[in-house]
Amino acid sequence: MSGRFFAKGADRRIAITIFILLAAAIIVPLLNLAVAPASAFYIPSYIVALTGKYLCYALLALALDLVWGYCGILSLGHGAFFALGGYAMGMYLMRQIGSRGVYGNPVLPDFMVFLNYKELPWFWYGFDHFWFAGLMVLAVPGLLAFIFGWFAFRSRVTGVYLSIITQAMTYALLLAFFRNDMGFGGNNGLTDFKDILGFNVQADATRSSLFAASAVTLALAVFVTWAIVGSKYGKLLMAVRDAESRTRFLGWRAENVKLFAFTVSAVMAGIAGALYVPQVGIINPGEFEPSNSIEVVIWAAVGGRGTIVGPIVGALLVNAGKSWFTGVLPEFWLFALGGLFVAVTLFLPKGIVGMWDSWRGNARALRAASLAEKAGTDPEVAQPKVVRAAARTPGEWLSSGPEPQPAE
Amino acid sequence: MKLFRMIGLALLFLLATLSLSRAGEADLRGIIAKFATAKGFSETGAVVHELAATGDPLVERPLAALADGALYVRKADSLVLVGKEVGESVQLFDPLSGEAAGEAAKDDITKIKVNNTLRRVIRDALGTLTLGAKDPAVRLAAAGTMFKTPDAANIEPLDTAIANETVPSVKALLEQARAASVLVSDRPEADKLAAIQLIGARGDRDAVSLLTSVEANASDAVKQAATAAIANINSTLAFWDAGQNIWYGISLGSVLLLAAIGLAITFGVMGVINMAHGEMVMLGAYTTFVVQQVIRTSFPGLFDWSLVIALPLAFLVAGFVGFVIERGIIRFLYGRPLETLLATWGVSLVLQQAVRSIFGPTNQEVGNPSWMSGSFDIGQLAITWNRLWILVFALSVFAVLLYVMKRTPWGLQMRAVTANRRMAASMGIKTPWVDALTFALGSGIAGIAGVALSQIDNVSPNLGRSYIIDSFMVVVFGGVGNLWGTLVGAFSLGIVNKFLEPYAGAVLGKIVVLVLIILFIQKRPRGLFALKGRAVEA
Repeated sequence: MSGRFFAKGADRRIAITIFILLAAAIIVPLLNLAVAPASAFYIPSYIVALTGKYLCYALLALALDLVWGYCGILSLGHGAFFALGGYAMGMYLMRQIGSRGVYGNPVLPDFMVFLNYKELPWFWYGFDHFWFAGLMVLAVPGLLAFIFGWFAFRSRVTGVYLSIITQAMTYALLLAFFRNDMGFGGNNGLTDFKDILGFNVQADATRSSLFAASAVTLALAVFVTWAIVGSKYGKLLMAVRDAESRTRFLGWRAENVKLFAFTVSAVMAGIAGALYVPQVGIINPGEFEPSNSIEVVIWAAVGGRGTIVGPIVGALLVNAGKSWFTGVLPEFWLFALGGLFVAVTLFLPKGIVGMWDSWRGNARALRAASLAEKAGTDPEVAQPKVVRAAARTPGEWLSSGPEPQPAE
Repeated sequence: MKLFRMIGLALLFLLATLSLSRAGEADLRGIIAKFATAKGFSETGAVVHELAATGDPLVERPLAALADGALYVRKADSLVLVGKEVGESVQLFDPLSGEAAGEAAKDDITKIKVNNTLRRVIRDALGTLTLGAKDPAVRLAAAGTMFKTPDAANIEPLDTAIANETVPSVKALLEQARAASVLVSDRPEADKLAAIQLIGARGDRDAVSLLTSVEANASDAVKQAATAAIANINSTLAFWDAGQNIWYGISLGSVLLLAAIGLAITFGVMGVINMAHGEMVMLGAYTTFVVQQVIRTSFPGLFDWSLVIALPLAFLVAGFVGFVIERGIIRFLYGRPLETLLATWGVSLVLQQAVRSIFGPTNQEVGNPSWMSGSFDIGQLAITWNRLWILVFALSVFAVLLYVMKRTPWGLQMRAVTANRRMAASMGIKTPWVDALTFALGSGIAGIAGVALSQIDNVSPNLGRSYIIDSFMVVVFGGVGNLWGTLVGAFSLGIVNKFLEPYAGAVLGKIVVLVLIILFIQKRPRGLFALKGRAVEA
């Protein structure tokens, strides 16, 4: 595997990405903490927090890419896993406030005092320990995804039906978390955090460390995804994406393949949420909003689904655009986002990275062809080497081509 | 001589009657004058009783004025007068004839004070008085008041009123009021038992509350009878409650049906996931708003027709937008449902923001025409007109759509293209044209749904957002590609939702429904009324 890791082409791209992320994890905190604010190289703290937030989004987009790009499951509910991870972390941070809250209750968070809770609900037990909260960050989204996927994939709910019920799932959770008597702070959510692991959340050093943690985690996730996709299991994943029935006829249990990818992806989304919450300082039910989950899809689509690097690029670009637009032309942002959805699906079906690949591939093939012609030999057309196995061309398995198909 | 005696007698008689009526009015004036000297509420109350005891309909004016705190004593001559405040001064009127009696500054008169106890006394007295009114509606209202405030003293006036009453409905209510009064009196037990039976037959919540108060302090036999009657009424009421829930459910179902039916065409027949469907509904609602604005400023007389005018316009506006979306975007994405989903989501964002930029982010006010406001009762059910009209409207849209699909050449072409596109094309059907028109039809129907929903929901740029998930649930639950499935799906989801609400609360009920649908899809991935086919993927 290490041989492949340092290979050329697409694998080299993965290596470069990981290298950039790790470098950023060291350099950005250094430039924030060690350089004087007057210096040209100084990175202000708010930029650190902002990019840290983007990296969490990138991790979420990567998680979605694993299921959508490589397994063909368009989940419109990944925001739910993200938010659940965030809530688990938020609960830990709430417990760390201790008696420094407005009401000064050493055990109950402020909102519980406000809502007349007498004691801590049972599901808040253990969240005063970081290791427990960390476990829950992985377990809760993973378990939900496992149960949900186990039901859905076993009864062969596929395609748009799956998309719609994942959307219903996050919508149901949105409604549930808005309720005050759920014990998660109702529509205000969890906020006003003070400490994480004993360090002040607001401090520059903590922010830089969180940024570094996000970057390292993202690098790790890129490696894990790349390892999954490159393994034999990854081939199976793509087989299910391209022709589920054929894979099943060949004797593979397609539902188990999908279930594994879905669960891993949900855990990754949960981690992204857990890293996100201390950096933005709040988690509220708005994160369950179905529109948030759909926005994640567009990040992955812009960057190029099924390319690992693409979703990261997409998430960073779209969010940077969002920050810029909402600052300069707030009215215009939804037009831009909506237009992006339309433009990407129509003109950039493979996303930025995918387009780059096919452009490079074409250029290389043309060059090879012209060289071969000069030499007078048979042109041996070099196939563009991409880590992304070509997604199914639209209508490839249909006799009738790109035309409306009634959803049976 | 005889003649003279006759004339004299007649004159005397005439004089007598005149003086008698004069005397009656004079007596009344005498009693009213006592208000000027009455000290404290209890003495005023005694005067009220005295006035009411005359049974003269003339006393209604001073008593009503007293209850409203508009009865004054003029300090100069201690005359009791009805007053009406006009700015700093008070216009005065005669308490019996209502003739104007000049003006007075506030300092020159004293208001006769009343408290709540006194007001109740006055209301009861007026209730007794109005039992003799000419208008049956007034008598009915009086009987209703007396039923709610039973008093043993009411029995006798009620008896006379019952004897004189000719209108059956008023008579029935009078008897119930009498029964209620009997229950609080010290009449014999047999009378009370009969009264309980009479009230039990009434069978509504007022009867229950009355009987419950009786039950608390009564003899054993009466208590037993009251308990039995309450139990009886409660079981009837439970039945009506179920009826009420079903009605609410049907009403919600009709809203869902309206929102989902357009989707049933675009998603069900064409297989296009239109996430901008909710925005078509919103466009319809905003069309209604614009139409009403134009009518308000230019043709105020036409306001009752505004919805009728808005319907075709909303259909055209939303249909046209749908047509443009299909030709501009969706036709390039056929066979790629997930991409269609994303592209139409983008369209929905653009439409929302466009509406927000034009009309602003706040809710717009859309008025109800007169024939859609108000409500009426069936038994214990209160049914509002707008809900009823929306139900009727949803069903008629459904019927028209079914007719179009099954009985018109266009519908035939649509179904042919759905069933076998190439064969249909070979037969000379312009399939791209059919696609575009089908999508426009689905969008247009969403637009007219918006007209209806503007009557019961807030018209804001987010209007569509709130319906999109519910609509998808209905279509998926009912079975895609089947209009009947959508009908059944909408109404069953509506009714289940409303039955869960009393137990689980509105939000939790909705969550339960969502979870149930998610589980249901596991069981039947293609909905209630799935089309049967041989496809492997099915």
